[in-house]
Amino acid sequence: MPTDTPRHSAAQGTIVLVGHGMVGQRFLEALAARGLTDTHRVVVLCEEPRPAYDRVQLTSYFSGRTPDELSLTDPEFIEQHGIELYVGDPAESVDRDAKTVTARSGQTFAYDTLVLATGSFPFVPPVPGKDTTGCFVYRTIEDLLAIEEYAKTYAKTGAVVGGGLLGLEAAGALRGLGLDTHVVEFAPRLMPVQVDEGGGAALLRTITNMGLTVHTGVGTQEIVSTEGAVSGMKLSDGSELATDLVVFSAGVRPRDQLARDTGLSVGERGGITVDEQCRTSDPAVYAIGECALASDGRVYGLVAPGYEMAETAAATIAAEESSFTGADLSTKLKLLGVDVASFGDAHGTSEDCLDVVYSDSRSGTYKKLVIGPGGELLGGVLVGDAEQYGVLRPMTGSVPPISPEQLVLPAGAGAPVALGPSALPDSAVICSCHNVTKGTIRGAVTEHSCTTVPEVKKCTKAGTGCGSCVKVLGQLVNDELEASGVEVDKGLCGCFGQTRQELYEIVRTLGITSYRQLLDAHGREAARGTEGCENCKPTVGSIIASLAPTIGADGYVLDGEQAALQDTNDHFLANLQKNGSYSVVPRVPGGEITPEKLIVIGEVARDFGLYTKITGGQRIDMFGARVEQLPLIWTRLVDAGFESGHAYGKSLRTVKSCVGQTWCRYGVQDSVRMAIDLELRYRGLRSPHKLKSAVSGCARECAEAQSKDFGVIATSSGWNLYVGGNGGATPRHADLLGQDLSDAELVRLIDRFLMFYIRTADRLERTSTWLERIEGGLDHVRDVVVHDSLGICDDLEALMADHVAHYRDEWSETINDPERLARFVSFVNAPDVPDPTVSFVPERDQIKPDLPLLSIGSRPRDLEGAAS
Amino acid sequence: MSVPMSVQLRLEDDWFEVCDRARLQPGRGIAALLPDGRQAALFIDRAGRAYAIDNRDPFTGAAVLSRGLLGTAGGRPFVASPLLKQRFDLETGRCLDDDSVTVETHTVRLA
Ligand code: SRM
Ligand SMILES: Cc1cc2nc3c(=O)[nH]c(=O)nc-3n(C[C@H](O)[C@H](O)[C@H](O)COP(=O)(O)OP(=O)(O)OC[C@H]3O[C@@H](n4cnc5c(N)ncnc54)[C@H](O)[C@@H]3O)c2cc1C
Ligand code: SF4
Ligand code: FES
Repeated sequence: MPTDTPRHSAAQGTIVLVGHGMVGQRFLEALAARGLTDTHRVVVLCEEPRPAYDRVQLTSYFSGRTPDELSLTDPEFIEQHGIELYVGDPAESVDRDAKTVTARSGQTFAYDTLVLATGSFPFVPPVPGKDTTGCFVYRTIEDLLAIEEYAKTYAKTGAVVGGGLLGLEAAGALRGLGLDTHVVEFAPRLMPVQVDEGGGAALLRTITNMGLTVHTGVGTQEIVSTEGAVSGMKLSDGSELATDLVVFSAGVRPRDQLARDTGLSVGERGGITVDEQCRTSDPAVYAIGECALASDGRVYGLVAPGYEMAETAAATIAAEESSFTGADLSTKLKLLGVDVASFGDAHGTSEDCLDVVYSDSRSGTYKKLVIGPGGELLGGVLVGDAEQYGVLRPMTGSVPPISPEQLVLPAGAGAPVALGPSALPDSAVICSCHNVTKGTIRGAVTEHSCTTVPEVKKCTKAGTGCGSCVKVLGQLVNDELEASGVEVDKGLCGCFGQTRQELYEIVRTLGITSYRQLLDAHGREAARGTEGCENCKPTVGSIIASLAPTIGADGYVLDGEQAALQDTNDHFLANLQKNGSYSVVPRVPGGEITPEKLIVIGEVARDFGLYTKITGGQRIDMFGARVEQLPLIWTRLVDAGFESGHAYGKSLRTVKSCVGQTWCRYGVQDSVRMAIDLELRYRGLRSPHKLKSAVSGCARECAEAQSKDFGVIATSSGWNLYVGGNGGATPRHADLLGQDLSDAELVRLIDRFLMFYIRTADRLERTSTWLERIEGGLDHVRDVVVHDSLGICDDLEALMADHVAHYRDEWSETINDPERLARFVSFVNAPDVPDPTVSFVPERDQIKPDLPLLSIGSRPRDLEGAAS
Repeated sequence: MSVPMSVQLRLEDDWFEVCDRARLQPGRGIAALLPDGRQAALFIDRAGRAYAIDNRDPFTGAAVLSRGLLGTAGGRPFVASPLLKQRFDLETGRCLDDDSVTVETHTVRLA
């Protein structure tokens, strides 16, 4: 029975939208922006059990984004514009003569304008066994829920069929779920559509290094099952791959069935044929997004062109001039830890084009730029280092201000100052997902008075798609604010308008020893007298601690008000783990340890049932201690001569060493002794971020000193000092600060360097980022700490001397003081009852946290039972 | 001589005595075990106001909210989870970083 009762005035007729995906939602917004929702009745048929969500960011579900957070649909928006949204009710048929659409529920809707935005479905190659239990596709939230559920219970190994953009994203997700993951790609290289051969080779190395196994040049011939569930797959080279789970990611196909059934014209290889206004062969029917075959003969599998089509269709309905004639296919991979981007004419198919290639297979970097005959940038492929994507992509089509050779050279290898977004013209498209130009972003600041990146995002939509432009966006917004004289708030947080460096100077010169005193006298007006916040408390705590002996504060971080400022790790002098237990890391200076001490660690770990692991910092971590066990554990460790390793503090971690001259046939200095000396000198030093160091006995560099905040390499006549190195997420090789130094010169230079860093760095800024940020960079730092250009070196050395003289081990101070021990209880009113949620299960002869115990009741309710 | 104050929680229709007031340090929390096996996180701010919320961090499931840092946002007191740093309003239990999440709160008094 037709239930066709309009809820509000529909003076100009009814628009029915079929498909509430990313493009459908954008179309509704485009209608609303043109006032069409006021003049028309708008009906939306949505097939999925939830309204439109961000499919592009789907994989972020595995890094903790909930389905709710992925949503693109604001219920208020739907309500306000009187849109009738039918969730879980797909359109089943269209009668173009009667101009009606019938939904699965039986409802029929008359339309004046019909818009199809039905997207795509994942293509599953017709291999035998493709429907076996354990086979999945990767397109919707429901797909992900099902994969997660199955992986948890039934799978140790997973295979992805298809090594394209989505296949690699899916493979990254399987890896993240703890599966041993394989990628099977028919083409001879990964991401064959986006990258060329050289890029594919670099990508392969990176992906393999991430622990994925890649099989290229082979097809999938059959899915093998055991007792009705997937157990493996047969490949075209005759081999068989054992796997418990298969994800098909072999491309997508437009969902054009509805259109076919009602006789609309479709392309030979699928896709609903549309003209430049996105009208199908029936002028009352539009098709937009992935289901449409655009007038340039292509089906676009990216969201940006879909958004443009949505705008075009809405504009055409509003009788405005608009057309969609094609779009660019730039992409940046969102896979964690892999930097891959391609843009413009990545394969160099334009006539007379030339390429400039930089390739370094040692570091897995490959960069190619395609240059037109007139020197204009046509496109490119970046693998291993896609840092420049944000500025290069918008430059496509124009002649870059510096030569292409210089553009591909890595920083530090003769490349001039990095090319910033300021070099781009106003017409450059910064955000390709939403087609936002540099001019529009600048306008948001100058005309619409946006003063922050979130405001600009809201105002222009830039940066709200794949996110790959956010970095450049931030730079542009700051440039623009500065240019228009608006002061960019560089304050530490909502409580303090000063930077960390300014606060350090205030504390030092005024001798302020209390956080409250600092907040009430120097905080922002509104923050005075409040509790402060979780950002400035530990920062100020750290500043006071690193200046403690000099300003006369108590260096012990757990006394008085200081205790209330510390992050939980510092507060309990241990590292909090995911289930609320702690890890214990005693200091092992330089990584050198006696057998007796090793035995003590073994005994303590055994007696308290702790999980033990050798860390990447040349010492031993014991995990799984309950808060009330910490003092007992440490009593034993302190008795045996151990002290805190400060694995929890923003302070010196380890000074790693290689075995050096004493044993090694190549060694030229005693690297172990130097590492121990340095570790004992700087232990406990509170700093803006953690500090790491290493000492190598010769240029072979077995201790990896060049990846440390301060690294030392022996020479035949002394020591070379390198600073500003970093491992972690953004590795940086350290820069040489001093050469052939004697022991005393080395220590003096490190003292100055560290104290200058502590004085001037921002909160959570490692020496690497600090060196790159401060004005003048390394040269300035060298002037200050080597040539004493500011005349502060005596000061810096005196500060360090104070630190060294006043160092006390935090753990022995703690276990000898009943009052301090009082905080190490599970419950204030039941100190002997262990927290029942901290529990462990066995794994590989040791323990691991019992996570299912924690998850009881923790899943958002709308997920329960949603997985099929 | 003044009688030491105690911290009490309202449970159903009775006041449950948790500990001495002196055990609470401004800006930090402590965990308490309730008679029914649940856990509460108790806090006191610099002005001496006490708060109590459920100790379980809804994002990770771990019973750790008592180990977070206190702060003020928009004039209201909050605690930031020590694990993934989400903030919870101490009076309403509402998560400031995710509208859809709330933790339980308890009425608390110093008597
Ligand atoms: C235990 C250990 C891993 C292991 O099993 O080997 C480890 C574990 C943690 N690392 Fe690490 N890192 C460990 C060596 C490293 C190394 C290798 C090294 O030091 O030589 C690196 C790369 C080198 C570097 O830092 O430049 C490393 C780079 C990081 C980073 C990224 C830092 C960066 O600048 O990008 C973080 C995150 C952060 O600090 O913000 C991190 C953070 C962490 C934290 C603190 C994360 C957290 O907040 O829970 C982990 C807590 C440890 C714990 O609970 O006890 N860890 N981490 C290693 C402890 C070494 C030690 O004895 O103290
Ligand atoms: C994991 C993943 C990662 C991606 N990453 C990127 C990226 O980085 N960059 C990028 O540009 N693109 C990316 N994409 C592609 C992007 O998501 C799509 O281009 C975009 O979602 C297309 O929007 P659409 O509205 O056309 O289709 P969809 O978002 O698929 O929406 C179509 C909707 O129509 C519904 N529907 C179909 N038939 C009917 C019917 N008969 N009745 C009612 N409803 C119906 C479907 O259920 C679906 O909800 C990614 C896709 C995936 C799956
Ligand atoms: S760095 Fe040199 S001295 Fe040290 S272990 Fe390696 S080869 Fe030997
Ligand atoms: S380019 Fe994707 S969000 Fe801007």
